[in-house]
Amino acid sequence: MAPDVRTKNDATDQESSRPEARPELSRQISGLDALELGGETRRNPAARAWSAVWPMASAVAIALLAWQVVVWSGWKPSYVLPGPADTLPELGRQVTTGSFWGAVGLTMQRAVLGFAVSVLVGTVVGALVTQSSVLRRAVGSLITGLQTMPSIAWFPLAILLFQLSEQAILFVVVLGAAPSIANGLIAGVDYTPPILLRAGKVMGLRGLNLYRHLVLPASLPSFVAGLKQGWAFAWRSLMAGELLVVISSHTSLGVLLSQAREFSQTDAMISYMIVILVIGIVMDRLFGLVDDAIRTRWGLAGD
Amino acid sequence: MTQAVQAAASRTVPSGAAVRLDGVSKAFGPLLALDDVSLTVGPGEFVCLLGASGCGKSTLLNLVAALDRPSAGTIDTAGRRVALMFQEPALFPWLTVTANIELALKARGVPRAERRGRAAELLALVHLAGFERKRPHQLSGGMRQRVALARALALTIDAEPAGKDRAGTLLLMDEPFGALDAMTRDLLHDEIERIWRERNLSVLFVTHNVREAVRLGDRVVLLSSRPGRVVEEFPVPLDRPRRIDSPEVAALAGTITDRLREEVGRHGA
Repeated sequence: MAPDVRTKNDATDQESSRPEARPELSRQISGLDALELGGETRRNPAARAWSAVWPMASAVAIALLAWQVVVWSGWKPSYVLPGPADTLPELGRQVTTGSFWGAVGLTMQRAVLGFAVSVLVGTVVGALVTQSSVLRRAVGSLITGLQTMPSIAWFPLAILLFQLSEQAILFVVVLGAAPSIANGLIAGVDYTPPILLRAGKVMGLRGLNLYRHLVLPASLPSFVAGLKQGWAFAWRSLMAGELLVVISSHTSLGVLLSQAREFSQTDAMISYMIVILVIGIVMDRLFGLVDDAIRTRWGLAGD
Repeated sequence: MTQAVQAAASRTVPSGAAVRLDGVSKAFGPLLALDDVSLTVGPGEFVCLLGASGCGKSTLLNLVAALDRPSAGTIDTAGRRVALMFQEPALFPWLTVTANIELALKARGVPRAERRGRAAELLALVHLAGFERKRPHQLSGGMRQRVALARALALTIDAEPAGKDRAGTLLLMDEPFGALDAMTRDLLHDEIERIWRERNLSVLFVTHNVREAVRLGDRVVLLSSRPGRVVEEFPVPLDRPRRIDSPEVAALAGTITDRLREEVGRHGA
């Protein structure tokens, strides 16, 4: 008796999973979708902010402690190496003065201008190289060579060409940053997944449309990585430049730094170094945010 | 002109082919990938192409999709829209689901105002209404493959509004369910069968899964490997809908598997 009933049930199950039974198929498919997507969990923003802040805060605390320990050890007299207790108040005093912000403003202005020109040059060069195999053979390695060349080595030539001027600094900043940006773009275009290119071709994307809708968006992560590295090189070149190319009445962070050294104001000197470091970190975080946004959008984020 | 005549003929005369390959060969340098392949897919027919590794299945689809040219022979799709779907979804990760489909519609020349609506229609067709704003990585493998199917179908839509008959559409599928788990694959078999009927598509479906071929195909074409040649064609006289685990499917799959193994064995030591 019982087996008969079961056979009957099986038969109806079979019936219902057939394509004709549209509502049934819809239900099964959406059921499977729901199971596969699983529950999305979202942590609360406070917990997320805390998890981002505490490692950084700890690292800063450990660095300050290490610095203080060195000072306590009496390795150098305090006028050569002041401790955090002397330096941080000096830093606090500096950031309340107008002349300090004027110097930071000038330095940032140079950095932004230099970076903007680098982006322009790097993108144009990178785009040209991806388009021509001859050009790639000609300058492909040169770009990487330039990237590894310490930018300070350019300054003697830059000073001969442009004297002690804004142009000399700009010249070296662009030479430092543009190769990284060009390489980022080149790598992005080179590593466009072939399967996506195939899909694009099936769609009928050709020429400019292929670039606009496929190759450029696909190279975005690599391009942003290039921008980030380019910024780092621009910032380093700029600091070297500001120490070497001192233009009278143009007070920049670099000028403040070398003045502090000349007047043996070590606490001020270290304050400026901290400022330079902090600006570097802030900019890196900005690029990091853009990078994270892209990774989240693309589903590359680890979390 | 000839194309138009042929296309018109194919809609009225059942024997007109959706695609006809005649003595097609393809060589990559010294390597012969396809050798004298002749094959026809009738309008509204579901043909499964079956073969072991190295039978040039993907090469064949590339040729039909006009991504590559044959070294010899002719391929006649009579001006049909050809859409191709891969084993990987190959969706653009930076676009939302709907934007992926809208881009295909744009490439097809569908006016901007119509794209959103057409994309929604296609997503509803593959049971993905409500997922328009998601990005590909937020979906499961099976869902992504359905988006890829919707995108492939988007390429078969005519730019001109309304009234065009879709018998002219040829859908090429390159092991589309190969990377999916059995449960999902099973449901997608039902899905593709339904869509094939609803849209009156002609399908050339490449697989190395014999049961899948018998489950779906009106006809199973067996290819040899290195070079790819048509070894034998098996009509599938089973009524639809079929189940992949039914004894009838298993029996025919067994026969074809024996033939396939024989073919593979020829390459042994």
